[in-house]
Amino acid sequence: MHTFAELIIVLIILLDLALAVTGSLSSCIRLVALQGVVAGLLPLLAGAPHPRALLFAAVIVTLKGAVFPWLLMRARDQSGARKDVEPLISYPASIALCIGAFIASSWMGSRLPLPETQVAWIVPASLATIFTGFLLITTRSKAITQVLGYLVIENGIYIFGLALFVEQPMMVELAILLDVFVAVFVMGIAIFHISREFDHIDTAELSELSDWRRAGDAK
Amino acid sequence: MEIIKPLSQYLAVMVLSPLLLGVINRVKAFFAGRRGHPTLQLYFDLYKLFSKTPVYSRTTTWVFRAGPVIGVSAMVTVLAVLPFAGRPSFLSFEGDFIFIIYLLGLARFATVLAALDTGSAFEGMGASREMQFAVFAEPAFFLGLAALARVTGQTSLAGMFGALTGDTWRVAAPVLVLLTASFFIVLLAENSRVPADDPATHLELTMIHEVMALDHSGPDLAYILYGASLKLWVFGSLIGCMVLPRHSGSWASDCALFLLVMFVVAAAVGVVESSMARLRLIKVPYMLITAFAFSALALIFQMGR
Repeated sequence: MHTFAELIIVLIILLDLALAVTGSLSSCIRLVALQGVVAGLLPLLAGAPHPRALLFAAVIVTLKGAVFPWLLMRARDQSGARKDVEPLISYPASIALCIGAFIASSWMGSRLPLPETQVAWIVPASLATIFTGFLLITTRSKAITQVLGYLVIENGIYIFGLALFVEQPMMVELAILLDVFVAVFVMGIAIFHISREFDHIDTAELSELSDWRRAGDAK
Repeated sequence: MEIIKPLSQYLAVMVLSPLLLGVINRVKAFFAGRRGHPTLQLYFDLYKLFSKTPVYSRTTTWVFRAGPVIGVSAMVTVLAVLPFAGRPSFLSFEGDFIFIIYLLGLARFATVLAALDTGSAFEGMGASREMQFAVFAEPAFFLGLAALARVTGQTSLAGMFGALTGDTWRVAAPVLVLLTASFFIVLLAENSRVPADDPATHLELTMIHEVMALDHSGPDLAYILYGASLKLWVFGSLIGCMVLPRHSGSWASDCALFLLVMFVVAAAVGVVESSMARLRLIKVPYMLITAFAFSALALIFQMGR
């Protein structure tokens, strides 16, 4: 059983790597959804599933596997943006950063004073996932990939929580899920509005206010 | 009497390795709906080429003639070290996995030198690409073998694959899955199979490995073709030994099962070739970096447990 959980952890890390190298926006959205679903199924492997845990996993899988991808795909289609993620650094550099992050987080995972976990690498995997989320936010130039990075960070924090607690306090988890849901909903709408106002969702261009221009390029 | 089994394993490898390419071609023909050439085609080709007289260009030197011979003899030596069905071959010593990596490097070096010796622009291009991809493929392969040494606690190939049992798979399945994937990608790239290179292409500008053999003829070309089939066997048998850790008592059933797995690996290569398009040249290093990432992850996992 633990080997199976370890395989899932490996799958999560491989999904991190895949996210770091994927060029297409729609497959990025699908990968994030897949990671969310896989992470949501992880607590069910720990032992005999509690009915409450089952219900909770079902909520997570529906939200992360169906609702979020649908919202993001809708935002992608409506923004009319180009269909690739336009990274600011090259893919080999992304993958090297990801592997470096995994090395650093396995070192950190061995240093952190955490309760003994049954599944190996769950702490390094969660830290690496959080880092991948930051990587997506900082090195991709679209607003929609920032939402994706935020979701990946949420996945990482969720896995980290799994490592800490045998059983999740349900209220806390549901509240986090609700927050994330509202956030993705709001960001989806915000992306749509940004692209309608400015004809693009490139964050590098969003550093200035629209009615403020430098003296040089006033037209 | 103990020498007979390793010797017959070795002979089986020497005789059967051209059959792998035949299996790949049959699978490709099946997917394309063609009849394809016979499974034994490479044997006919080798026979035909060996009975021909080689032609040498006047610009070439002894380096050109030595290339194919060094290449094929390096492969023959590698196969003497490599375990067969998880059982040791007759030449096996501590740390021999580094030895086979260097032998593979030597074979590549000899082929590249021979290609450069022709003075042809096309062959120089092929040589440069071969070296460029080797830069990415070799670390992936090396790290993968290092991770395997770490998993099994052995430093000889025979020891590694001998210590690899079903229990190892139960304990370290993630590591072994990653390593198998990494070795399969390296196999595709090193043997110039489809996502990296197209062995059936006839346009020099897009070829990598094939373009280096353009000027070779007769027995030299036969050595190159035979060396390529041996190389496919080397990488295939690493994967075969990895996914087939079961050691039953009987030597014959182990060997039969191993040969079956080898042909399954060849069929898998054929399926990949028929279902994938070849990558653009710039994208090939990305694929190999992925293999490197798999190997590195496997090593980190193993260190962290």
